[in-house]
Amino acid sequence: MTETDDIIIDTTARIFSELGDPQTLNNACDDTWQQPLWTALADSGLTRAWVPEDQGGAGAEITDGFDILVTAGRYAVAVPLAETLLAGWLLAKAGIMMPDGPLSVAMGNADNPFRINSNGSLSGTAKVVPFAGDVDHFTVLTDKGVALVKASDCNIETGVSMAGDAMSDVTFDGVTPSTVAVVPGGFGIKDLMLMGAAIRSAQMAGGLQAILDLAVDYAKERVAFGRPISKFQAVQHNLARLGGETAVAVAAAGSAADAIANAEGANAQQFDQAVFLEVAAAKIRTGEAVGDGTAIAHQTFGAIGFTSEHVLQRHTRRLWAWRDDYGSESEWAVRLGEMIATNGADELWPLLASR
Amino acid sequence: MTWPKKYGGQERSFLDRYVVTEEFRVANAPVRAHFTADRQSGPVLLKYAADEIKKDVLPRITRGECCFCIGMSEPNSGSDLFAASTKATKTDEGWRVNGTKLWTSNAHHADYMIGLFRTSPSTEENHRHGLTNFLVDITLPGISISPVHNMAGLHEFNEVVFDDCLVPNNHVLGEINGAWKQATSELAYERSGPERFLETFYILTEMVRTLGTEPDNRSAEGIGRLVAQAHTLRRMSVSVNGMLQAGMEPVLEGAIVKDMGTVWEQALPRKARDLTAFTDIGNRTNFDRLLRYAIHIAPKLTIQGGTTEVLRSIIARGLGLR
Ligand SMILES: Cc1cc2nc3c(=O)[nH]c(=O)nc-3n(C[C@H](O)[C@H](O)[C@H](O)COP(=O)(O)OP(=O)(O)OC[C@H]3O[C@@H](n4cnc5c(N)ncnc54)[C@H](O)[C@@H]3O)c2cc1C
Repeated sequence: MTETDDIIIDTTARIFSELGDPQTLNNACDDTWQQPLWTALADSGLTRAWVPEDQGGAGAEITDGFDILVTAGRYAVAVPLAETLLAGWLLAKAGIMMPDGPLSVAMGNADNPFRINSNGSLSGTAKVVPFAGDVDHFTVLTDKGVALVKASDCNIETGVSMAGDAMSDVTFDGVTPSTVAVVPGGFGIKDLMLMGAAIRSAQMAGGLQAILDLAVDYAKERVAFGRPISKFQAVQHNLARLGGETAVAVAAAGSAADAIANAEGANAQQFDQAVFLEVAAAKIRTGEAVGDGTAIAHQTFGAIGFTSEHVLQRHTRRLWAWRDDYGSESEWAVRLGEMIATNGADELWPLLASR
Repeated sequence: MTWPKKYGGQERSFLDRYVVTEEFRVANAPVRAHFTADRQSGPVLLKYAADEIKKDVLPRITRGECCFCIGMSEPNSGSDLFAASTKATKTDEGWRVNGTKLWTSNAHHADYMIGLFRTSPSTEENHRHGLTNFLVDITLPGISISPVHNMAGLHEFNEVVFDDCLVPNNHVLGEINGAWKQATSELAYERSGPERFLETFYILTEMVRTLGTEPDNRSAEGIGRLVAQAHTLRRMSVSVNGMLQAGMEPVLEGAIVKDMGTVWEQALPRKARDLTAFTDIGNRTNFDRLLRYAIHIAPKLTIQGGTTEVLRSIIARGLGLR
């Protein structure tokens, strides 16, 4: 880890612990915490990490951005930080100046991308856009390139994610984007899905670290049958498995982040098979880790962890939401499996060994 | 590969060795007889043996002329290594060894054993006190080896009985009564290598072949998940080896890799069986033969070299729970 990495992680952690502490937010009766947290993140430049300096960004490394996301994941991030990072990255690729304020990304699906009509207006509805109700702009991937759209021009349904964060369908019919530009070398929904999946994997890795820490601390404190439950071997072995799953998630997400950073560094036009393997593996494996890991964490806490006042659900419900975004484990597994099968059995080991 | 040149080594990096080990495993190469010496026994000798022994034995290992076995387990001492009761008693001529080692893999091919013997009783304060490592020439008088056939019908492990066997004084490895202090970094190597998740990898390759180039969704999902898991285990294993190369002692990480890797490689044949249940029987005779073998050997994967339960207790300690 380099020194800049440390500074970026420390800054992110400091802002979240001061203004976005999960237990404090969980106790809050309204959303007044959102603005100060967002302002601090924006003022520190973290929200523009993936925008080059000559485009008004912070010009951080790709891996720095992923470090921010892991750290934000540890704090059960409930503001559109990941979405804004992704939007900034995409806008920068298309050479569009990133506006101030929070952003989210809409992308349609592979068979049916958003179209820009002959009069320059958009049509179509984006399903379950994260933080749709909380952002100022949408970045929309269309058949004519990347479009920047004012949120106030769109029709946004009210809705929430599994974690209770804003998330809803957005209809763009008749909305004219303020800017449209193509990404040189081409850029498709598949590429955006890869980046989105890598981002969610990083957040999940952070979230799992958080619930591991919470569960270990609680096991040492909670007394039953006259001793801390951490002394029971069944509890120890459950937590050892949670530790293992967390280590897996951290390794998988980190490896995918490195692969994307290398591809971006090499100015690759599009992501190749190796990046696909890395990201698919990360999304599948962190998603699986979330399934097993959240079950163990809840088991460790007993009834108290099943209450809305308790901080645990703030993490586990977000982990479940992130697991669903940008393709579930099953969706990625089918696509990865198809790729491996098409390559043929004898190409499997060489591909793994090349990483 | 990693040993000093003066003992016949090449002074290459642990990651170089990692790559070669990995290719051996994936190709199912018959290297097992030499692997023990390369992975475990050699490094122990390098660290604890007298120089005249190093000069004698290590070059023979690197030339592939001598093999090792590990004499730790006994009938009444498995997971609890420190219950070992095979005794080494100091005499004027050397150490007299009496007792029985069990499950000793490859003792019947080996030239040497690194044996863990009791040199004094354990103490009230330290259950682990009193055991010492010895280098034992397996051809010495007083050693008899008898086969124990495993459930796949193969002769891999053995019972090794010591009856007044005399081991020379300079064959003591490390501190007398203090073998328990020697474990840590060797164990990390032992636990995190590619052999800890690639033992049944050929099943994955052959399953992909059996399912064909156009799998249905169920098959594709099965392949995808297994490949994702294998890839992630490999990344973890490589990273632990990187930590070892950097001089760290990743005990917790090594235990995690072995726990997750062995559980995975054990489950792989069962999952491959499920996923290939609907494929045409005509395409799969070779696959069925391999699968049958893998299912037979699967139980050992989470027992040998430290059981899943023992590993999880080590991980729990690493998490500060014990
Ligand atoms: C194929 C194979 C090759 C082997 N080769 C060698 C070799 O070359 N040299 C050698 O010395 N040994 C060898 N062994 C032995 C191996 O190291 C032991 O089998 C292993 O350490 C477990 O010991 P055990 O079989 O006595 O089981 P036990 O220790 O009796 O354990 C039985 C069960 O109890 C559980 N258990 C035990 N203690 C605890 C605890 N504290 N908490 C929770 N659960 C516990 C175990 O996890 C296991 O499930 C080999 C074993 C196999 C299967």
